[in-house]
Amino acid sequence: MSRFSKRGKKSTGQINTASLPDIVFMLLFFFMTTTVMREVNLMITVKVPDATEARKLEKKSLVSYIYIGQPLRSFQQMFGTEPRIQLNDQFRDVADIQDFIAQERDAMDENDRNKMTVSLKIDSDTRMGTVIDVKQSLRRAQALKISYSARKVDEL
Amino acid sequence: MGKKELSPINAGSMADIAFLLLIFFLITTTMDVDTGLQRRLPRLPDEDQQEETSDKIKERNVFVVLINKHDELLVENKPMDIHQLRQNAREFIANPNNVENLPEKEIKELPFFGSVYITKNPVISLRNDRGTSYGMYLRVQNELVAAKQELRDEISILQFGEKFKDLTEDQSDAVKHYYPSVLSEAEPKNIGGK
Repeated sequence: MSRFSKRGKKSTGQINTASLPDIVFMLLFFFMTTTVMREVNLMITVKVPDATEARKLEKKSLVSYIYIGQPLRSFQQMFGTEPRIQLNDQFRDVADIQDFIAQERDAMDENDRNKMTVSLKIDSDTRMGTVIDVKQSLRRAQALKISYSARKVDEL
Repeated sequence: MGKKELSPINAGSMADIAFLLLIFFLITTTMDVDTGLQRRLPRLPDEDQQEETSDKIKERNVFVVLINKHDELLVENKPMDIHQLRQNAREFIANPNNVENLPEKEIKELPFFGSVYITKNPVISLRNDRGTSYGMYLRVQNELVAAKQELRDEISILQFGEKFKDLTEDQSDAVKHYYPSVLSEAEPKNIGGK
C-alpha cells in the first residue's frame, strides 16, 4: 500500500503539454488542406438517388455542377414548386446551360478542357423531361462527359 | 545572466487557439466525395447520318428498355419488374446459349483470351417518357451498368483471378472488348407530357 501511494505521488508531476499544440496544428493543417468550402448555396432541395455502381469522381477541379430540384421553401413563393435548374448561385433555364458550360470551360486550364466532366445533381423526384432537355443542351455544348450524381450504396 | 531571459514562453494557450481553429475547420468541412454513374453522351448527329446508322443494327442485337411515366418497364415488348432486369440484361449481353433472338455471336481474336466466341455488338437502348421520374431512370441505368460489370468481373476472375477493377490496363482493355460497354443513350423522342 505504502509503495503504491508513493508511486502515485511521483507521477502526479505535470504532464508536458508542449507537444499538444504541435499535434493539434497537424490536425488543423490536415483539415485546412482537405476542406473544400462549399462554393454554392443550394437554393433547391436535391436528394440524389442511390446506386450500387456509383464511382468516385476524380479531380474536383475538372467537374462542373448542375443542380436540379424543387426550390427551397423560402424561394417557392417566387419560383414555384416545379423543379428548377440551379447553376452556380442562380436559378437558370435550360437555355443558359450552353453559356454556363462555355464559361466553365474558359475558366479551366487549356489542357484539361476535354477532360471536363459535368456532374448532374438531380433530385430523384424530378421528371425526366427536364433532364432530357438538359442533356440535349449539354450535347449541343459539346460537354459529353457527364456523371449522374448518386449516393453509393451496397444494395438497393 | 543571459540564461535567465530565455525562460520558456507559456505555450499553454497555443493549444487553445489551435483547437479553436481546428474545430472551426472541422465544422465547415464538407467531406462530400461526389460519386455518380459516369456516362458519355453521344455526339449530336448530323441529319443524314442518323438514318444510316439506325438501319444497320438488327433487331436481335438491340435490347429495348422503355420506361413509362408511371415508372413501369417494358423490356423487349414485355412488361418486367426491375428486379429481373439485371438478369435479363446479362443474358442479352453474353447470350451464353446462343439463342436465336439474342445478339449474334462471332469468333474474335483477343489478347489474353485467344479466339473467343462472343456476341457481336449488342446494344441496349434505353428510352423514357418525359414523365418518368429521374430516380427510376437512374435505377434502370444502374441495373444495366451492374449487369455489364458483373459479367466483366466474372470473366476477369475466370481468366486472371482478379476483379475487373484490379486488372492492369492491358488486361482490362481485353475484358472491355470481351464485354463492350453497350448502353446507348438513345436519341430522345419527346413522348408524353409531364
